[in-house]
Amino acid sequence: MHLKYESFVREPLVDGDKTYHQVTEDIVRPIEQKPGRMWYIGFYFSVLLLLFGVFSVTWAVYWGLGTWGVNRTVGWGWDITNFVWWVGIGHAGTLISAILLLFRQGWRTGVNRAAEAMTIFAVMCAGQFPIFHMGRVWDGFFVLPYPNSRGALWPNFDSPLLWDVFAISTYFTVSLLFWYSGLIPDFATVRDRAKTKFRKFMYGFASFGWTGAAKSWQRHEALSLVLAGLATPLVLSVHTIVSFDFATSVIPGWHTTIFPPYFVAGAIFSGFAMVQSLLIICRRIMGLEEYITVGHLEAMNKVIVLTGSIVGVAYLTELFMAWYSQVVYEQAAFQWRIAGPYWWSYWAMMTCNVVSPQLFWFKKLRRNIPFTFIMSIVVNIGMWFERFVIIVTSLYRDYLPGSWTYYSPTWPEIGFYLGTFGLFFTCFFLFAKYFPVIAIAEIKFVLKTSGENYKNKMDKIDAKSTEEFIHEQAEAHHH
Amino acid sequence: MAIKKFAVACYDDEEVLFPAVKKVRHSGYKMHDVYTPFPVHGLDQAMGLKETDLHVVGFIYGLAGTATALGFMGWIFTSDWPMVFGGKPHFALPAFIPITFELTVLFSAVGMVLTFCYLNQIMPGVKKHLFHPRQTDDLFVMAVELNDQVTEQEVVDFLKTTGAVETSVQNAETEWWYGRWDKEEDYQLAGS
Repeated sequence: MHLKYESFVREPLVDGDKTYHQVTEDIVRPIEQKPGRMWYIGFYFSVLLLLFGVFSVTWAVYWGLGTWGVNRTVGWGWDITNFVWWVGIGHAGTLISAILLLFRQGWRTGVNRAAEAMTIFAVMCAGQFPIFHMGRVWDGFFVLPYPNSRGALWPNFDSPLLWDVFAISTYFTVSLLFWYSGLIPDFATVRDRAKTKFRKFMYGFASFGWTGAAKSWQRHEALSLVLAGLATPLVLSVHTIVSFDFATSVIPGWHTTIFPPYFVAGAIFSGFAMVQSLLIICRRIMGLEEYITVGHLEAMNKVIVLTGSIVGVAYLTELFMAWYSQVVYEQAAFQWRIAGPYWWSYWAMMTCNVVSPQLFWFKKLRRNIPFTFIMSIVVNIGMWFERFVIIVTSLYRDYLPGSWTYYSPTWPEIGFYLGTFGLFFTCFFLFAKYFPVIAIAEIKFVLKTSGENYKNKMDKIDAKSTEEFIHEQAEAHHH
Repeated sequence: MAIKKFAVACYDDEEVLFPAVKKVRHSGYKMHDVYTPFPVHGLDQAMGLKETDLHVVGFIYGLAGTATALGFMGWIFTSDWPMVFGGKPHFALPAFIPITFELTVLFSAVGMVLTFCYLNQIMPGVKKHLFHPRQTDDLFVMAVELNDQVTEQEVVDFLKTTGAVETSVQNAETEWWYGRWDKEEDYQLAGS
């Protein structure tokens, strides 16, 4: 028996008196309008950043990685820090679109499209770092197992670095497929109301000839569910494998079994923060406050306080294990993290990731939009420092005191990082202009159970006794 | 490629659509298809559609991925070019698990999406007949096939009694054809 009723205790997912047509209008409007001045400023600024990134990378490739600050002791610097940071950010998109779908969290419908887009763009940014970290990037395809002229010399399948190649590329592909299969029906919606020739052509092409036939929808539902089921363990595996890059080596501070869950929690933590940063601006500029409600932001803040606390526990566990292990190298690594030359990065991490998110235990702050926005930036700064702490402060003082060093980035490294911001936001601005930023069909699907106007009608049902309600539903079902 | 004649009924609410679908099925008219702007749960059962086997196909693709990964890595490290890495055995199953898992997921996802496109006959450059431009916006559109045994008027009148807000009679191509959506109907050319 299917009860079309949801408790009034849950706040509506869609505010205002909306019809199906109004939903289409609201979400497609930004696509059909000329973008505002803010869009142009943001877009051109992003392209400029991207070009600076291209210049920095070209510089490093042309002159060699000696232009970077990395050295024999600290072989992984900003590049791998940024790689892990971007991959982690990507994870929130999959969590929202896949894991919350399996958990039947209705609120995900308002934010999943944009979050999934963020995943794809973040993984694109992340991928740049290991590729250019190779140095001789023109030989980068050596990581692929193909029958080659070197006597068919294969890559090492036992190496976590190769697992990463498979994990990241699979993650990117599956996320893209999941995202795009959801976009097809929405592109069809844009196509069928398009007035200009260009839009008709482009969205006609992009919508694959979708008509919304009942059988197509049935298969679409099956596809979404299975892709969600696949993406869920996939997203956990990706950051687990990223953490194996560290955990399987014998560097003090890296060689620990806590890494996989700790990395996954951190990834979700930073990813949700990035979703908040993007959506708070998007909903405002594009007038989508009724679809991405304060309730949505609050739900994500709850995830942030949960994952932030998990990360905090992991930091403390690391400290405890270093002391408890009685291994002097392990103890030294953590002593220097706290009070060595890189103390500032450790304390930046601790403050941003462990202390500040605890403020989200207060409901008032969870529902405060400017505060949430500031916190989302703080969390991402903290999570960047976490990766920097793990990587650089485990490497700069290795087993040989003679090779101890201090690492600082040079401008091409910083330029590379800024360039990935350019890439990310260029893609995101184009997405915001040309794509339905909210899943239109999915919003329509939840509208009658969770829309504000429909929820208000439930007051009558709420007044009924339980027996009466069940009786009516059962009767209705028999006819 | 076949052009047929249809009586088309549009509904503006899925709660009207459901009884209408039941009535049309009881009446014995030949229901061609129902088009909705979003997935309407239970519509497939109401129309008497079978459950899709897409997930079974996905499982088989996944198995193919598992077999490919394990077979390939096993063959390379035990017979094509055996090497010892970190004292692990040639067939180091635990070390093969991550890549095996990734390929399982990859094969399953890619295979399912391609199968999905094939079954629905959708791909870039494909064009199909739309019975109503708002069937992807806010209308639930039912197409009933007309043949020699029924008259146009009879079916349209019947559809009106089921609560349709709009009805029409259309000649339509039932299959897809290559075409651009910014051009007017070109399927008659393709069909001739």
